[in-house]
Amino acid sequence: MSQITIEPVSRIEGHAAIRLFLDDTGQVRDARFQVTQVRGFEQFVVGRPFSEMPSLTARICGICPVSHELASAKACDQLLAVAIPPTATKLRCLLNLAQLVQSHALSFFYLSGPDLLLGMDHPPETRNFFGLAAADPQFARDGIRIRQFGQQAIERLAGRRIHPSWVVPGGVNSPLTAANREAILADLPSIKTLVSAHLDRFKQTLDGHAEAIGVFANFPSMFLGLVNEEGTLEHYQGRLRFIDAGGAPVGTDLDPSDYQQVIGEAVEPWTYLKFPYYRPLGYPEGMYRVGPLARLNLAARCGTELADRELALFRELATGPVLSMFHAHYARLIETLYAVERIEELLADPQILDQRIRAEAGVNSLEGIGVTEAPRGTLMHHYRVNEDGLIQWINLIIATGHNNLAMQRGILQAARHFLTGTTLREGLLNRIEAVIRTFDPCLSCSTHAVGSMPMIVELIGPDGAILDHLRR
Amino acid sequence: MSDTILTLTIDGQPVSGLATETILQIARENKIDIPTLCYLEGLSAVGSCRLCMVEIEGSPKLHPACVTLIQEGMVVTTQTERLQGYRRNIVQLLFAERNHVCSVCVSNGHCELQELAHKLGVDHIAFPGCYPELEVDASHRRFVLDHNRCVLCTRCVRVCAEIEGAHTWDVKNRGMRSRIVADLDTPWGDSATCTGCGKCVHVCPTGALSEKGKSVAEMLKKRPSLPYLVANRTEERQ
Ligand code: SF4
Repeated sequence: MSQITIEPVSRIEGHAAIRLFLDDTGQVRDARFQVTQVRGFEQFVVGRPFSEMPSLTARICGICPVSHELASAKACDQLLAVAIPPTATKLRCLLNLAQLVQSHALSFFYLSGPDLLLGMDHPPETRNFFGLAAADPQFARDGIRIRQFGQQAIERLAGRRIHPSWVVPGGVNSPLTAANREAILADLPSIKTLVSAHLDRFKQTLDGHAEAIGVFANFPSMFLGLVNEEGTLEHYQGRLRFIDAGGAPVGTDLDPSDYQQVIGEAVEPWTYLKFPYYRPLGYPEGMYRVGPLARLNLAARCGTELADRELALFRELATGPVLSMFHAHYARLIETLYAVERIEELLADPQILDQRIRAEAGVNSLEGIGVTEAPRGTLMHHYRVNEDGLIQWINLIIATGHNNLAMQRGILQAARHFLTGTTLREGLLNRIEAVIRTFDPCLSCSTHAVGSMPMIVELIGPDGAILDHLRR
Repeated sequence: MSDTILTLTIDGQPVSGLATETILQIARENKIDIPTLCYLEGLSAVGSCRLCMVEIEGSPKLHPACVTLIQEGMVVTTQTERLQGYRRNIVQLLFAERNHVCSVCVSNGHCELQELAHKLGVDHIAFPGCYPELEVDASHRRFVLDHNRCVLCTRCVRVCAEIEGAHTWDVKNRGMRSRIVADLDTPWGDSATCTGCGKCVHVCPTGALSEKGKSVAEMLKKRPSLPYLVANRTEERQ
């Protein structure tokens, strides 16, 4: 009887528009990747109490609400100017890892699985998760199971899978129960086995992807991510580190609150997504990448047994940092294994059930910056409030923003390699789409798990005339 | 006269009460549910939200149950399709008038307006939203007033004047431009009369008044037992 109408359907605006510019010789001179981004967030939160920010900003993204909540809560902790109870930190870390598992599983099994298993020239009608499930039901089932583990862990911690309001300024709002701890622990061994098995399987297929590895955003660049004091893989706290394409640290590790010293944000008139760059090198030379690949390139070790063994093998791919974005898939699987192991460690800590989980305070500082590693990469929330705690100004830098320059560059590289002549073909579209997917961008279009990414590609001649276009 | 017992029927059920009692009181005593928003036991009834309108046989008008005294032989109907339709419209208009974004509201899951909408089956707002640009007054050390969520029930105004005796709150302007104001329209934090007792916060049916620092869905209200407070004070004075 009841009807629900949702208008406007914003997903339609999730079209990615790609423009390829040719020079006089018919070579691709430039590529522009343009998305309709979530806009206006910075405006409409102004005037709201800061304590709403974790939940408000969680609405930015349906896939990674938890990541926004955590970065936001960390920024709010700074407004309170408190040290949150250690158990609260551990519970937030757990939540972040559970989020990592579910998001990486979505990216690898649901979104990239069809390209990887069915091949990039597989007919688009069945090159989706359903086609994949028909061709390899076990692969699909495993993907669903691993994602479900992450989602259930989130639910067991936070009470709801999507948009939980468990993370609050000062900590979290309810302790972990012994029963929920046992429930998560009970699932762990089988999930660990599953992830290991898929990692092994993926490694064996690498030879078949040599061409993609060669041209999927495979170029030298800097990498950015959080590192902790031990230099092990970190997703929740620590300092910001840049490394160069040779793997050497660039500058000293920074307190995340000082991000503006090194990160500038350029604006281009043709896209809503800003272009963060490394200030000392300027724009656009200061291109860098964030995300799973960056994190593995930055970390000295993972810090857990199985993941460290895998990391050692991963490092054999290159002498310095691994540069091809194709290997972000590989990195995602290693991180998933790490997350499962780390969840086990955290749950084994008796302090995890502690009841002291929230620091209460009013506004003690008028500015707060929270930085975490979301599944897709470094996420920054920066707030200013007035004396009453009402938001005056915010700045958000999301992972897809950090990667924006590198994504443009990756598309250019793939287009140069795969474009022949002045007509566009489906095969090119598929490959460009696959390059974009390696970055796992959190655009509304990346949520189109079923079917292909809605995309418009235009080929533009040296005189500005549109030579060809493809749309789907 | 005041102890004369009158008999009447509500929704076909024979019931009885004192001549000083209202239809709403008798209905509730007999577990007959009539929705209300501005009414709160222990405060004066103002009959302003119009959700408790009922039909009385022989009268062409609708009558607010919270301020209509019972009469001998009255035949009251509380749940006709017409009444439910009006109630749904009222709730929809309340949603349309201000900015209610339940999913990110401090009162989500513990809100009387939300409960009403749910109970009445309101899953759509048929009226275009007004989306007024409204302020949040967070100047008080412990509490927050968010006009975006206010339904102008005036429970805060009455509890402050009638129970606390401070009369900090009042209403300025008229109609849709009405706003709850502290003292003579000063920021709450500057109010000379507010005692900081928090009664207004706890009688507020929505997320309009809340404790500072509460995150989404965290504002659980403890309705003070007003008749009990009133009774105790009356005894003290005697
Ligand atoms: S006050 Fe109630 S109805 Fe309004 S937004 Fe908050 S929860 Fe929703």
